[in-house]
Amino acid sequence: MVKITWKIAGKDDITADIPIGNTLMEAAVDNNVPFIEGECGGCLSCATCHVFVDPDWYGTTGAPGDFEEDMLDMTEVERSPTSRLSCQITASTELDGLVLHVPIPD
Amino acid sequence: MKGPIVVVGAGQAGASFVSRHVTLGGDAPVILIGEEPYAPYQRPPLSKKFLTGELERDRLWIRQPDWYGQNGITTRFGTRIAELAPSQRTVITDSGERIGYGKLVLCTGSRPRLLPDALGGSLDGVHTLREIGDADRLAERLGGSRRLIVIGGGYIGLEIAASARKLGLEVTVIEMAERILQRVASEQTSLYFRSLHRDHGVEILESTRIVRIAGRDGVARRVELDSGETIDADAVLVGIGALPNVELAEAAGIECENGICVDEACRTSDADIHAAGDCTSFVRNGQRIRLESVQNAADQGDLTARVLSGHDDRYASVPWFWSEQYDCMLQIAGLSQGFDRAVIRRNSTSGGQSVWYYTGERLIAVDAMNDTKSYAFGRRMLEMGMNPRADQVEDEQTDLKALLQAGMPK
Repeated sequence: MVKITWKIAGKDDITADIPIGNTLMEAAVDNNVPFIEGECGGCLSCATCHVFVDPDWYGTTGAPGDFEEDMLDMTEVERSPTSRLSCQITASTELDGLVLHVPIPD
Repeated sequence: MKGPIVVVGAGQAGASFVSRHVTLGGDAPVILIGEEPYAPYQRPPLSKKFLTGELERDRLWIRQPDWYGQNGITTRFGTRIAELAPSQRTVITDSGERIGYGKLVLCTGSRPRLLPDALGGSLDGVHTLREIGDADRLAERLGGSRRLIVIGGGYIGLEIAASARKLGLEVTVIEMAERILQRVASEQTSLYFRSLHRDHGVEILESTRIVRIAGRDGVARRVELDSGETIDADAVLVGIGALPNVELAEAAGIECENGICVDEACRTSDADIHAAGDCTSFVRNGQRIRLESVQNAADQGDLTARVLSGHDDRYASVPWFWSEQYDCMLQIAGLSQGFDRAVIRRNSTSGGQSVWYYTGERLIAVDAMNDTKSYAFGRRMLEMGMNPRADQVEDEQTDLKALLQAGMPK
């Protein structure tokens, strides 16, 4: 298990223990993180699991892959330099303590 | 509204409805009724990673099973509704229990079209795939088989063919039309998938009909073709389309035509009854259509929750769809039916390609094979009603992002 925190503007943070190997999209849905849906189940077709990785952590999560990079151009909230699709990040020991910011649509 | 919202059907549409209802903080109590004895789960992996054993059962949940109770949703899984009584605003279970509603949402889904008994459709070893129980039975069968025959070269059949190859089976796909995917895609896309499957050792027989599945002691043994050929098989998968589950609605006098007819707010012909997902049909661009997809189920379920919470929303989603076969990710935006021109765009970075469909000058759909860039930008263009010129799209040197931005309102 690793600790992951989602920060949602205007709401309480959500921190949860996530099983290693689960994607952070699955983790977000399991923990009722608002605005993260993951409709396509993690196959890079919907862009509904968009997160901003905390800049301090971006070096650890790494940059998006090629297909993910393309999908980041169609997120509901415009991408930032640390945008990722959370279905493409898998919980691992290096990510213990990771902080993600949830984009809020207008 | 007097009485709870009753949702009949606990698939993707029902799950999306309750999720949105909870997010919106809806006051009305909700009762989610499902025939299968489980909380809503994702069906797409059933033909893919779940079938091959790469994805475990507990990762199929759309929401964790305890989420519903924690969020004030009453669930009745493993409960079959036998009848609707709209005049009494009541649904009746098969054990005769009556459940009253203020509003009713029908998310009854679709079911696989079966091969008639006379053709051997009810022999042991002949499978269809829709539910988790079907996937369990099919996985068990494939485990003890050497040869699978897939009847029907649509998405479900091709996905299962790919999974069976991964499991080491010999696979033959039989398609009665001239080409696989004929009903849903252009010749270029069919060609791509035909090559993909042949490269992976699948035998594909097009323009071929089956005469019957022949069995011994009630177990399927071989498939007889109209060519006179006979192919031995240990397992047969029938993937010849789906039928909308309209019977409850029809018997209750709700208007149905190739699905439960709904308007842009997912309202049926009964003011207190909405419907969402595979079971519905609706008018798009002047034509009544029915979609079997996660996108449509999720978006209609979501929209219905918004409408019942008082939002004045209208369904206007651009359909999207995906399939995974071997190392190919197919992503589709829009609906290509009725196109009069299709152009191919290569993506030499990813080794993929996309097919862009037009009716006259109007872009109507994009099929992208290992080409998420074309899918993403094509979908955005479709959502914005943009019509990029076919000759520009066809040219790989054209930057799709620049093309999209050039067409955006300033």
